[in-house]
Amino acid sequence: MENITSSPAVQLRGVFKRFDNVVAVEKMDLDISEGSLMTLLGPSGCGKTTILRMIAGLETPTEGDILIKGKRVNDTPIHKRNLGMIFQNYALFPHKTIFDNVAFGLKYRHVPKSDMKNKVFKALEMVRLPGVENRMPSQLSGGQQQRIALARAIVIEPDVLLMDEPLSALDENLREEMRREIDNLQRMLGVTTVFVTHDQREALSMSDKIVVMKDGLKQQEGGPEEVYNYPANHFVADFLGHSNFFNGEVVGLENKQVRVKANEGNEFIVESPGNWTVGARIELVIRAQKFKVFYKNQQPPEGSVNLLIGRIKDRSYMGGEVSYFVELETGTVIHAIDMAKLKPFRRGEDVGIQVAPRDCSLLSKTNGSA
Amino acid sequence: MQEKSWKPWALLGPALSAVFFLLVVPVCFIVVYSFWLRAPTGADIPAFQFGNYAKFFADFFYPSILIRTIRVSLETVALCLIMGYIPAYFFYQSQTKFKSLLLLLIMLPFWISFIIRTMSWINILGDTGLINYFLIKAGMLSKPLGMLYNEGSVLMGLIQYLLPFMILNIYVSLEGIDKSLIEAARSMGCTEWQAFKEVTLPLSLPGVSAGCLLVFVLTAGTYLPPMILGGPGNEMIANLIFKRVIGTLDWPFGSAISVMLLTLLVVIVWTYNRYLGIGQIFKSLQ
Repeated sequence: MENITSSPAVQLRGVFKRFDNVVAVEKMDLDISEGSLMTLLGPSGCGKTTILRMIAGLETPTEGDILIKGKRVNDTPIHKRNLGMIFQNYALFPHKTIFDNVAFGLKYRHVPKSDMKNKVFKALEMVRLPGVENRMPSQLSGGQQQRIALARAIVIEPDVLLMDEPLSALDENLREEMRREIDNLQRMLGVTTVFVTHDQREALSMSDKIVVMKDGLKQQEGGPEEVYNYPANHFVADFLGHSNFFNGEVVGLENKQVRVKANEGNEFIVESPGNWTVGARIELVIRAQKFKVFYKNQQPPEGSVNLLIGRIKDRSYMGGEVSYFVELETGTVIHAIDMAKLKPFRRGEDVGIQVAPRDCSLLSKTNGSA
Repeated sequence: MQEKSWKPWALLGPALSAVFFLLVVPVCFIVVYSFWLRAPTGADIPAFQFGNYAKFFADFFYPSILIRTIRVSLETVALCLIMGYIPAYFFYQSQTKFKSLLLLLIMLPFWISFIIRTMSWINILGDTGLINYFLIKAGMLSKPLGMLYNEGSVLMGLIQYLLPFMILNIYVSLEGIDKSLIEAARSMGCTEWQAFKEVTLPLSLPGVSAGCLLVFVLTAGTYLPPMILGGPGNEMIANLIFKRVIGTLDWPFGSAISVMLLTLLVVIVWTYNRYLGIGQIFKSLQ
């Protein structure tokens, strides 16, 4: 038993999935460690849901193997995989009471009646909805229904919990609450979870590991901070957060810093791990949130490094922060998001913007990854 | 802004007056007629008496036709249900892009006259019809098999008329079932068959019962299949009404039978609506 628990709870080995001639998932290798929450993140049609459905057994891989707890399950039908599934639209049985919904999986595991009752009540308590067992699903709100779906999935103590965009159908403020709920419950129970979403905030806030996908291919795999701060390529940098991109080349190497010249003419000092050579074609990535915006004649916070002067072309006030589009003298427009001051800058105002060298990252243009 | 209260009534007006003058008023006439007397000379005499109803129950001949009507209707419902659920389920499950074309094919018979469709069965089932012709040609029969003018051929005619109604009602109900419900059931340990029993079947019951009601009501009121494909012993209540009113011009008695059939159907529809809701039927007509 010991070496089984030490091996990943779910593994994908060279998995391909083709529908007719369309490749949905390409050469996917994944290790999801026991008790962790892994998020598959990407735009719609990137293959994330297909992976989830293959782990569930709702789709069969065209090639490659899927292992759950070290056992190959390619030929195991879905009802023998011991899974919990959460769907975007809750998928509660409308003709059954909440009790029968939650007890459904226990019934097919031939759990005795008295045990069943205890387990159902315990699960309802865990999702903080005790006392609703006699109601019908339609009598509950969307958020409550999703919590019942969660209770229904965890009550059978599944080997893997699979969640397909579970928060997408909820209201904005309810989503945050539900997200924390799932997060806490997952950690408390220590159940291995695969979470599919297109929402970067959900992915960043709850995952142990994020797999960013595009067109059926894995783009990057890593912890939330790693994926956010060190995007592996243009797509990841663009998909997660708001980024500014500059094509250019390395023009100098000083100490640990790289001097980069953007094609538009601006020069940046970048602190970036990796070996760079002078003349290498690169893409410079700067997160919008990393820019500081200040009055043109004000003392720049980081001295004179990476200081740019421009004019506010457009702005949108978002309460806690303000999103600015600053047009530089070269014509380049930079997206900067800064904390909202009492009086945010107005359109047409001349400002200085600055970014610290450690907040810039470089992508190699030749092979697409740094 | 306040909607003008007369506006919906003005828009409904033409339809409501059509229903009133073309349906409600004639039915009232029938009810009134059912109390009239018929003179031995054949003249109808206005009266208020229950003689026509008493005549119906005077001996077992007329009630037996009513009972047969109910029995044949139930048989038709059962056969349509079995024969209709399977194609409806196939349409629901199928991923083919020809789905709408297949559904159109289900509707296609409605484009051909009901009488012609019913008559054409004579050419298939008759003594010199298609089936007998080939069976004799193949040497499997020496003389034609009597397949026409019995209850079987009447049921055949009824099913070919009513099956589309059943299929469409069940299909609409199935189509409303979210497929993730089945996936959820499967993920919790159901085999395909168990998931069907737990989820698909109970959730399709509204369509099933709507289809059954529609088929029952339409069968109980039809007279063409028994008239064209049935023998003397296959008469149904509508044939009786037809004979009384058109054949012997006995309007008072024909009206009394009509009123009884109408009452029976109203009671059935009312009971259905009381427990299941009539709204489901309209869903399939969208």
